[in-house]
Amino acid sequence: MWIVLQHRDGQFHRGSWEAIAAGQKLARELGSAAEAILLGENLGALVSEAAGSALAALRVAESHALAVYTPGAYVSALASAIASAAPRVVLFPHTYQSTEYVPRLAQATGAALVTEAIAFSVEGPEIEWRRPVLGGKLHARVRARGQAPVLATLQSGAFSAEEREAGRAPVESFAVPGSTAPDREILGTEQAGGEMVDLSQAEVVVAVGRGVGGSDKFGPIEELARLLHAEIGASRPVIDSGWLPRDRQIGSSGQTVAPRLYLALGISGAIQHLVGMKGSSCVVAVNKDPSAPIFKIAHYGIVGDLHEVVPALVQALRGEAS
Amino acid sequence: MRIAVCLKQVPDTEARLRVARDGRWIDEEDLPFVINESDEYALEEALKLAEKTAGEVVAFSLGPPRVREALRKALALGAASAVHLSDPAFQGGDALATGAALAAAIRRESFDLVLAGSQSDDLGAAATATAVAGELGWPHAWLVMGVELEEGRRSLRLVREMESGINEILRVALPAVVEVQAGINHPRYASLKGIMAAKKKPVAEPSPADLGLDPAAVGAAASRTEIVGVELPERAGAGVQLLAGDAPSAAVLLVEKLRKEARVIA
Repeated sequence: MWIVLQHRDGQFHRGSWEAIAAGQKLARELGSAAEAILLGENLGALVSEAAGSALAALRVAESHALAVYTPGAYVSALASAIASAAPRVVLFPHTYQSTEYVPRLAQATGAALVTEAIAFSVEGPEIEWRRPVLGGKLHARVRARGQAPVLATLQSGAFSAEEREAGRAPVESFAVPGSTAPDREILGTEQAGGEMVDLSQAEVVVAVGRGVGGSDKFGPIEELARLLHAEIGASRPVIDSGWLPRDRQIGSSGQTVAPRLYLALGISGAIQHLVGMKGSSCVVAVNKDPSAPIFKIAHYGIVGDLHEVVPALVQALRGEAS
Repeated sequence: MRIAVCLKQVPDTEARLRVARDGRWIDEEDLPFVINESDEYALEEALKLAEKTAGEVVAFSLGPPRVREALRKALALGAASAVHLSDPAFQGGDALATGAALAAAIRRESFDLVLAGSQSDDLGAAATATAVAGELGWPHAWLVMGVELEEGRRSLRLVREMESGINEILRVALPAVVEVQAGINHPRYASLKGIMAAKKKPVAEPSPADLGLDPAAVGAAASRTEIVGVELPERAGAGVQLLAGDAPSAAVLLVEKLRKEARVIA
């Protein structure tokens, strides 16, 4: 089985280490060997870094067409490698990059596709994958049908990079097909959203979710944050709705926080959000829906409308302070 | 430009969910359904591009009869016609099977662009429109936050979100598939005139045979993955202390617990 590593600007994506740890575990359970795949150009330092893992091989393809990621070049390079070596499972960190190209790789190789896996279990010859559905309110157990290889992307934070076993992997290079016409032209990059607010150092975070209902509903929340000396953060739907700027986003596509106190207001608790705040010491959840997944990780919870609970909290904090 | 938009109808994200009796999906009875959020933004982007280029938009959706309501809404908002893959053989497929069926329907007409949302709010594989691109052999981009038609109308300039707060600016040649994220524009509301006009707009319902597909090669039968069960996420850690009572009394209790038990506030 294979693990495809992701990197950019000379650095591995942290999900690559989690994927190696997951791949080593899966290989042990399947009684097979784990090999890692690295694509790019001038990879020198990355090769030696990745080779320090307990792997049967580190297979490296270097080519100018792979210098910068494009879906076309990645699919073509990996499809031919998969066709010749026929790995049973190929793991990827679940990232914006893998989400973009892995479905096409599955089509090109006739593979089964499992995205955003958070766990797997091996039962005899079968692997059962677990992935969140319906915004994380439920988990689905998914199996591949037939004998096709499985391509699975692993949700960030679902597997621990610390469990990665160190070692010395033999490095092998492999050839990729000659470059075809690129499927896109990269014109450049830009920093999203300019000046960033750094939420990672906040001691107290008041985070709001879709349940807040609108940009005009923030008055009492700001008052609560002021009383608690808290920074205000948000889950992705709030940012996408334009109710708060993007630098307030907490989660897999935003900032990671680890405050002493985390108040989740109207946040359901999709795993993409949870990975950004699970290091919080004390989590309080306020949500109308008692089945919201946020209650599974919260220490204290109030089932209720945040628009009633927040003013009451402001009053309670003020009342006892005076 | 002629633009195809792929829409999915999904359970309202606010809805209470119950696991179905067979344990394999949710109970859909009495469940409110809406157009998937990022698909609404894709539709708006398509309507804007069509207006700018005197073109037209065709809405595509795969799903059971209830999906007709989502397509009617797309027609009311300005799509010229719709295609509903409602045949039972199409249903229950994974993202790759659904993408293949949608691509077969899209291929029957001539389009310059396919727009779709980046991810559905129910299954969330984030792979269906990418699979459409793969089937058509067109370039694609996922998680797009800016779409601009370049001079000559033969290419798009796209802004794609990457990790760690960086956006990539790229150019793709048309025809292409573009998967947009929620929040990139301001979806319009349907006018009464639009709703009335929608009633007269055509909705095609091709069968697998109409698309040149074997009924055994679409939907669940063609899927390489299957959901064998759904369940509530496991409870982690010691579990939550729920503070009961009305809002004022729960709030007072919480403040006391945070001060004296957790000792996280002064």
